[in-house]
Amino acid sequence: MGNAASIRSDVELTADVLVIGGGPAGTWAALTAAAQGASVVLVDKGYCGTSGATAPSGTGVWYVEPTEEQREAAMKSREALGGYLADRGWMKRVLDRTYSNMNDLALAGYPFPVDDEGKSYRRSLQGPEYMKLMRRRVRKAGVRILDHSPALELLADEHGVGGASGVRTETGETWTVKAGAVIIASGGCAFLSKALGCNVLTGDGYLIAAEAGASLSGMEFSNAYAISPTFSTVTKTAFYTWATFYYEDGTVIEGAGSQQGRSVIARTLQTQPVYARLDRATEDMRSWMRAAQPNFFLSFDRIGIDPFTQLFPVTLRLEGTVRGTGGIHLIDESCATAVPGLYAAGDAATRQFICGGFTGGGSHNAAWAMSSGSWAGEAAAVYAVTLGGRRERREPKGAGSERQVSALASAGDVQEWTAAVKREVEPFDINLFRTEATLTQSVGRLNGLWRTVQHALAPNASDAVKLREAQAMTATARWMYASALARRETRGMHKRLDYPGADAAQHYRLLTGGLDEIWVKPETAALSRLEVNQS
Amino acid sequence: MIELVSNTRCISCGQCVSVCPTRVFDESPSGVPVIARQDDCQTCFMCELYCPVDALYVSPHDHPIDAPGETALAESGILGSYREQIGWGKGRSPGAANDTSYLMFKAMQRTPGH
Ligand SMILES: Cc1cc2nc3c(=O)[nH]c(=O)nc-3n(C[C@H](O)[C@H](O)[C@H](O)COP(=O)(O)OP(=O)(O)OC[C@H]3O[C@@H](n4cnc5c(N)ncnc54)[C@H](O)[C@@H]3O)c2cc1C
Ligand code: SF4
Ligand code: SF4
Repeated sequence: MGNAASIRSDVELTADVLVIGGGPAGTWAALTAAAQGASVVLVDKGYCGTSGATAPSGTGVWYVEPTEEQREAAMKSREALGGYLADRGWMKRVLDRTYSNMNDLALAGYPFPVDDEGKSYRRSLQGPEYMKLMRRRVRKAGVRILDHSPALELLADEHGVGGASGVRTETGETWTVKAGAVIIASGGCAFLSKALGCNVLTGDGYLIAAEAGASLSGMEFSNAYAISPTFSTVTKTAFYTWATFYYEDGTVIEGAGSQQGRSVIARTLQTQPVYARLDRATEDMRSWMRAAQPNFFLSFDRIGIDPFTQLFPVTLRLEGTVRGTGGIHLIDESCATAVPGLYAAGDAATRQFICGGFTGGGSHNAAWAMSSGSWAGEAAAVYAVTLGGRRERREPKGAGSERQVSALASAGDVQEWTAAVKREVEPFDINLFRTEATLTQSVGRLNGLWRTVQHALAPNASDAVKLREAQAMTATARWMYASALARRETRGMHKRLDYPGADAAQHYRLLTGGLDEIWVKPETAALSRLEVNQS
Repeated sequence: MIELVSNTRCISCGQCVSVCPTRVFDESPSGVPVIARQDDCQTCFMCELYCPVDALYVSPHDHPIDAPGETALAESGILGSYREQIGWGKGRSPGAANDTSYLMFKAMQRTPGH
């Protein structure tokens, strides 16, 4: 990337609020910002409505009736799994906001089913329908959408963040949006593993936020692996609750399971294939399953396998932080980062406040995306309006453009770098079963890779996007493993073979950040450090 | 991965070019889009849902295959099958309204270990 602010862009826009990413978090952010009267531009790397983890899939949603008893049970259910790093205040707010947002979706026309008791059932959203509706709502609210327009860099000045720039991949043109506030809602990082809908999610938002001075947190909780048939990208896992897992010879793999037994599956996969069959589903369930998640059955139907009666080979596909809980650190309930004018929401932000160190599946992430998006949109709009006329006089510059450029990268170079990152994050032996030795070696290789990728320059716009993805994935892997090394215990989804138990003395969240030099600190210490810097 | 753009069915509406998140298609002079970057296909099936005339076929495999031809796909009822299941298209109603997740959710609560 060059210095995008000083070179004129092909497309130049100004807005009160710029939203980066058009999944659930970004579309809710755009809607709520517009409802405050702000002018809003939303850019998406893909297409707002089909892109990201939700659109081709669908989500269970943490929608809980507002009775004391049900809310208490809901909050309690995951606290232990998450290693007690979640926060009840945040959980309560997310439950409230999700409840009202889901009801708002019903008013907006989402066709919720009616259950066997005659009640509208609001705990599940089918992705294509949900995101088609959100796009329509965002457009109706007057938001300007730029599809196929990845953000590659934030713009900043002494007042904080003031916009972003990127390219339009259809034409190769550059774009710049100057804005009073920016919301990063670009999703998590699944390292191009082709998990359903996830190949647009390469950690770009983490990198541009870190370049502007934001920190991340919970990055050790970044090793989600989802079950999928080996031939298929469909990583929907809920129905494997009713699966039995088998060796090739048809004997049952003891201890293998979807919820608790994924490590057993991983261990077995290291030496031999694993097969599954949904043979614990009753006859009734089979038809419910089809109506609940048509996309789960798509690949089976097309290949001609009946998953209820026939064995099929399965694998574990890396979903990284998408179904992990790490992301950009937030400093308050408005979803602000420590950098003025910069907000984060959805998978791009840390989800530890409601999940602690574990999500895996089921409803929290979707609830977080719509709640955090709504708060970020509202707060960003208010912030942008308070800047008033001062905004016009700002000339923010590219926050990542200090880098020295050493060499022109070919498409082949970028492919090789991407493959190199994947070799560090995909193997179970490094990322799932973690040890001091393997993590340290991997960090060494990743640091070397970072020194190469960060100085590279792409010859054209479309290569610039892929290069930026390679840089973002390399940086993400380094924050992940630096945090994983710092947490010398097992907690949530973070498993250390050399420290198999939880350690009460490490009952804190970890912050991380930095580009050339990576730092990791327990939350309170790091927060006070930021306060000192700002005063 | 995306394997077919049927030039007999395609009405050149350009939807697939727009909605594909990873920009796999390019417009072409004939009006029928071409699969320009199959390697970038993430097998998300979204283009199929947005094609108004069921002219696209996404194979379930995450790598290129020797896919069946258009006639075979049409005869086996695969072309357009996903769009029909979702309930998109003229005269259909959204499948989301028949989402039976609530029954699965109840079953899940009864499942030990959950
Ligand atoms: C198979 C699967 C099943 C799931 N099931 C559940 C479930 O049952 N319950 C649950 O709660 N959660 C579930 N999740 C998680 C849930 O889908 C995510 O938490 C949710 O999609 C997050 O929303 P988001 O808007 O933050 O990110 P996404 O939906 O991923 O959207 C991110 C958007 O940002 C765009 N983007 C990326 N980079 C850039 C850039 N540089 N510039 C501009 N735009 C960019 C992308 O194109 C995309 O549109 C599931 C995930 C998967 C993969
Ligand atoms: S399946 Fe998805 S990624 Fe592949 S061409 Fe269709 S829309 Fe694009
Ligand atoms: S969406 Fe279907 S009809 Fe429209 S251009 Fe693509 S293939 Fe042709």
